[in-house]
Amino acid sequence: MKKRLFYQLGLMSVALSLVLAGCGGNNAPASTNEATDAPSESANAGTSAGGEIKVGILHSQSGTMAISEVSVIDAEMMAIEEINAAGGVLGKKIVPVLEDGASDWPTFAEKARKLISEDKVATVFGGWTSASRKAMKPVFEELNGLLWYPVQYEGLEASPNIFYTGATTNQQIVPSVTWLLENRGKKFYLLGSDYVFPRTANLIIKEQLKAEGGELVGEEYTPLGHTDYSTIISKIKEADPDVVYNTLNGDSNVAFFKQLKDAGITAQDLTTLSVSVAEEEIRGIGVDVLEGHLAAWNYYQTTETPTNKTFVENYKKKYGDDRVTADPIEAGYTAVYLWAAAVEKAGSTDVAKVKEAAKELEWEAPEGKVKIDGETQHLYKTVRIGEVQADGQFKELWNSGEAVKPDPYLKGYEWAASIQPTE
Amino acid sequence: MDVYVLQLFNGLSISSILLLVALGLAITFGLMKVINMAHGELIMIGAYSTYLTQNLFKDYLPESMFDWYFVLAIPVSFGIAFVFGLILEMSLIRFLYGRPLDSLLATWGVGLVLQQVARSIFGAPNVAVKSPTWLDGGLRIVDGTLLPYKRLFIIALVIVCLAAMYVYIYRSHEGRRMRAVMQNRDMAACLGVSTRRVDSMTFAIGSGIAGIAGCALTLMGPIGPSLGTYYIVDAFMVVVLGGVGKLVGTVLGAVGIGMFNTLFEYWTNASLGKVLVFVCIVAFLQWRPMGLVAMRTRSLD
Repeated sequence: MKKRLFYQLGLMSVALSLVLAGCGGNNAPASTNEATDAPSESANAGTSAGGEIKVGILHSQSGTMAISEVSVIDAEMMAIEEINAAGGVLGKKIVPVLEDGASDWPTFAEKARKLISEDKVATVFGGWTSASRKAMKPVFEELNGLLWYPVQYEGLEASPNIFYTGATTNQQIVPSVTWLLENRGKKFYLLGSDYVFPRTANLIIKEQLKAEGGELVGEEYTPLGHTDYSTIISKIKEADPDVVYNTLNGDSNVAFFKQLKDAGITAQDLTTLSVSVAEEEIRGIGVDVLEGHLAAWNYYQTTETPTNKTFVENYKKKYGDDRVTADPIEAGYTAVYLWAAAVEKAGSTDVAKVKEAAKELEWEAPEGKVKIDGETQHLYKTVRIGEVQADGQFKELWNSGEAVKPDPYLKGYEWAASIQPTE
Repeated sequence: MDVYVLQLFNGLSISSILLLVALGLAITFGLMKVINMAHGELIMIGAYSTYLTQNLFKDYLPESMFDWYFVLAIPVSFGIAFVFGLILEMSLIRFLYGRPLDSLLATWGVGLVLQQVARSIFGAPNVAVKSPTWLDGGLRIVDGTLLPYKRLFIIALVIVCLAAMYVYIYRSHEGRRMRAVMQNRDMAACLGVSTRRVDSMTFAIGSGIAGIAGCALTLMGPIGPSLGTYYIVDAFMVVVLGGVGKLVGTVLGAVGIGMFNTLFEYWTNASLGKVLVFVCIVAFLQWRPMGLVAMRTRSLD
């Protein structure tokens, strides 16, 4: 009977690892320990009495998403330090309370609740994946908290309790598709990871292609953490597109671009445009593999504005010369400054007053002038298309010239009438 | 027509990667019956060893030498993963033989610890390993069909590993002792084989091969702390499907899964392709629970 038992155990182990792979996007559940950073301990005394205002910072410090989110924490902490050094907000010091979302969406909701109800923070800066935002949204709406979300996303959302400092679709995807149609060709191949952002983004792109005379020659989704793209590359070769529009997320990008190069396809043969590959990701993929490929963002480390020069200098001085800044990092930094400005203007940290004061608020961000749109609580942002250079930085090929008004529900586009929020 | 040739090659290439990933596990799980959930992290250690070797070459040797770092990276990855395996066996696994459930939980925990250690040392973001230029490009067989050198190299590497393992297990004295211990521990001990030493060596060799797999994977995919989690499921699948305890089974399992995966993915899409492969494996194991190649021996009963 021992034999039987052994095989059952063997099968069980496979089943267990399958479940693990299925539920976590292949991430091992990381520890759910409380972050024991000094600031949160020193600030445990209760409400923001005296000369302090507490704010929450809620990103993944462990698990698969830590790869991206840790740098955003760094940028937000730097903004807080800079503001404190310049005298703080309303004459009070900002004290950050760090919590770890651990790349696990229910944990984000739980920690958001803790930050608002127990720590009584004035606002929270946090989130990266759409799944984490969707998990936190009901908590902020229920407890009337305030969340600043720093990452480009799929749009179709405008919560009264969230400020979106990353791009919505009409500030990244829609203009980049138009640019590609005009400059690189009509035949599109859509490749994405299999979850909400790529699927929604591609829904929009397909409608846009129909309206603007493009042609869809293929559409593929791969599970998060997929590592072999040889078959997909064969399919791409067969379909012979002018453009591969890449909404892959995370580690899959590394595998896809390495194998694309191995298959003998370079940026000269085929245009790819990515929406989740920024300066940070380039370092992990390797410049030799990515050179010449395109990306669409609102900010690059090379963006030429006066504020950006000091921003990049300070960031490197603080965290090391080998570090790079990127779009979400800049958006997190901007979020802290915008909140501080709104609080100054409102003369209070009360959520309703801050929201009122934030309407049409302008700030000279590293990406250029941004303005909060009062109606949707998104930012006016400049769209930029960049090409990866040999030094791992982007060269800007095109920009929208002026900050584009956010339109998360794409009301200004006739062809988008059939696109509905997925909730 | 071209596409079918290319897909056949892709299938073979995926099979070779699966086999490389599963070879180490075929020893630690297949021969030693340790449900080694930390196998993925041993692969990760191999990948980071390659990264370190690359950096050493970049910093201390003239640029003309850089391309040859990869040749050294293979034994280095093997060595470092071997040492980790040895430490792991002597400090933990040794006390868990014959307790599969406990070893499953313990090694899983070790895996998590190793992941977080990697995150602390190398940082959470992926690191880049620049593949040597002599592996760039590919073999052009007909117009439009390019067989990348990297994939050919991995196929060759697997064949070499397999041959070395075969010689070691079936043709050397050490290997004979190893088989004796795995088949009948008490009898082997009675005949004067130091079972402890054999256990440590066997586990360490399995781990070392996982290290080589990690080294090869730097050519194809991401190098980050969670690298191992992407391959652990496939590795177990190959060993279980192939039939536990037989090298031939592992080879057949890898080729089967690799070929079907490529085929299904080509006909449907990546997500559905994977589901279909899983369905086939589950159905097959219902029919033949012992896997493709069953080991017929009384000692297992």
